[in-house]
Amino acid sequence: MFKLRYILGQIIAFIPFAMGIGYFSDSPSYTYHDPEKALIMVSFSHASEHKDECRRFSQEELSAMAPNMRRPMDCSRERVPVYIELMMDGQNLLSQSYNPTGLAKDGAASIYESIPVEPGQHEISVKLRDSSRESGFDYEGNVSINLDAKELFVIDFRKDHNGFNFQ
Amino acid sequence: MLALKLLLRTGFEYVEDCFDIIFGAKWNPFYQLGALGWFYYWIVVVSGLYLYIFFDTGVTQAYESLEYLTHEQWYAGGIMRSLHRYASDALVVMIVVHLLREFAMDRFRSARWFAWITGVPMLWLVFAAGISGYWMVWDQLAQYIAITTAELFDSLPFFGESIARNFLMDSKLSGRFFTLMVFIHIAVPLFMLFMMWIHILRHASPKVNPPKELAIGTFSMLLILSFVKPALSQAPADLKIIPATVNLDWFYLPVYPILNDVSGITVWITLILATIFLMFIPWMPPGKKTPVAEVHLDNCNGCSRCAADCPFSAISMEPRTDGSNYKLEAVVDADHCVSCGICVGACPTATPFRTKSNLSPGIELPEDKIAELREKTIAASEKLTGDDRVLVYGCGKSLNPAEITNEEVGVVTMPCIGMLPPSFIDFVLSKKLADGVFLTGCRDGDCSYRLGIKWTDARLASERDPHIRKRVNQDRIGKYWAGLTRSKQFFNELTAFRQRLKKLSLLETETAAESKQSSEKVDV
Repeated sequence: MFKLRYILGQIIAFIPFAMGIGYFSDSPSYTYHDPEKALIMVSFSHASEHKDECRRFSQEELSAMAPNMRRPMDCSRERVPVYIELMMDGQNLLSQSYNPTGLAKDGAASIYESIPVEPGQHEISVKLRDSSRESGFDYEGNVSINLDAKELFVIDFRKDHNGFNFQ
Repeated sequence: MLALKLLLRTGFEYVEDCFDIIFGAKWNPFYQLGALGWFYYWIVVVSGLYLYIFFDTGVTQAYESLEYLTHEQWYAGGIMRSLHRYASDALVVMIVVHLLREFAMDRFRSARWFAWITGVPMLWLVFAAGISGYWMVWDQLAQYIAITTAELFDSLPFFGESIARNFLMDSKLSGRFFTLMVFIHIAVPLFMLFMMWIHILRHASPKVNPPKELAIGTFSMLLILSFVKPALSQAPADLKIIPATVNLDWFYLPVYPILNDVSGITVWITLILATIFLMFIPWMPPGKKTPVAEVHLDNCNGCSRCAADCPFSAISMEPRTDGSNYKLEAVVDADHCVSCGICVGACPTATPFRTKSNLSPGIELPEDKIAELREKTIAASEKLTGDDRVLVYGCGKSLNPAEITNEEVGVVTMPCIGMLPPSFIDFVLSKKLADGVFLTGCRDGDCSYRLGIKWTDARLASERDPHIRKRVNQDRIGKYWAGLTRSKQFFNELTAFRQRLKKLSLLETETAAESKQSSEKVDV
């Protein structure tokens, strides 16, 4: 009799537990991106130029070095920041510098930016500076796109593949 | 923190009281959280093995193979997939409630630090296993998880190249990635099993299986849920499209929405600090290490009962070192001992009948000596009057019975009721120190020191050494496992017990008078 009572008790108690598990296993839904908007992603990794120009060691300096350590050029490891400017329909969406990675700042700069935009026809212009120059840009890319809502548009950059790559 | 703990404990005990009514103490899931965790783990493993047979590790094949299982083979693969998901969710619930409950009940201090500290990393493992599982489906939820997880890792300063970049274009994704995920999804639970074994390593008789009836009940619940609401994939992943809205599993992914507003590195720091905080809880004030049990070799005959009854495997039997004729002696491992005194209750030399001037058993607690227990027993009984005098033995982890001390009821407390040698009950009744002995402590099935109530019940039922002597009238022994919150029921039970004692005394007086009359008639 007691056992039957407890079995019934189990059934009653497990119903809300099952409902809780069943519900929270996939609900409530979560919106992390406005469904009415498209997304532009600027994402690439790029090693910029070294901060200082290489110079040739003098004969005296070479003589002072251990024979196995002698090399003709003295190059600093540190690279300059990568600067990017992204314009859409004449409006600035992004203008930012990205420092090189690594303790000695000698690694590639990693860029990963997501920018929600209105869907529709857009003129995109993206510029990149990876040298010590004070003004101007080393690379530039332009593209005309027609974005749907929730569409992802990726701006990639590869120095050895003609610079900017739009997908 | 003390107030929080007391609040949590009281809350747990009230809820558990309700569950005791619904499930009965034996099947109460709150007393079986760890065992239920194990049970859910095995359901996840068995259902996962089945799914693995059919899972295809390709960019498009992964999704298709699960769709086949869910729709074409719904009666087997679909059910297994649902069981896999829901048992995993239930496992998270069990782990979190188990952790909260052990904290509330203060079951992490002293030698219990080991179980606590080995349990905390399992939180990371179970989440890693669950997240990698959702990743493998390669639907829109998986796409969201993949990108968000990769972004989370990218926020760490260790990675030069962005990992998240791999999930921006389909062309960058290969089937090898799914092979890697399968490896992670199998390796992490395997490592978790290893940690689960370590977690219970110091427990004697660990509960790794829930009672059969509870196991059947909870499995039936998962099975019915699997039929009623089968686990489904969301739309297939398409890296060109942002899913925008996803149906999250909130048991495994509650951190992910936070990542939309808070930087990854902040989340990492918060999670790591929270883990460190959890790890150090056993050493936080007001922690006080009570002196561990001591062995008195002069009185230890190497019977092994203390070692058999110790709930934390703190006592081992080693070859004799004092030249005695006995072969073995008890040795206490101070790192494992929680000073519960259950070993003292098991020691046959811990008897108050001993007439030696120095009552020193083979094993005892330095701060709760057995001689003091006898003195307290005698002192508490001396104040009692009437024909329903009761001596209550209680434990320090449940309600404080000292508050009920009056002319008819005396109280003696100890760290755990399992510390009470049955000979004390015989001592009280045979020396007529009281008319009855009433035992109380933690709630049935939930002894704070795991096995105190179990061994006490078994000793009183003469099922486990040391037995209570047969001459003891069991009608004069009462018990109610009150815990912290059942003071009302405790008083009701105690009152009923005293009424029984009155009736018993009356009956015994009448019987004695009748036998006296009949013997007088015979004489005439």
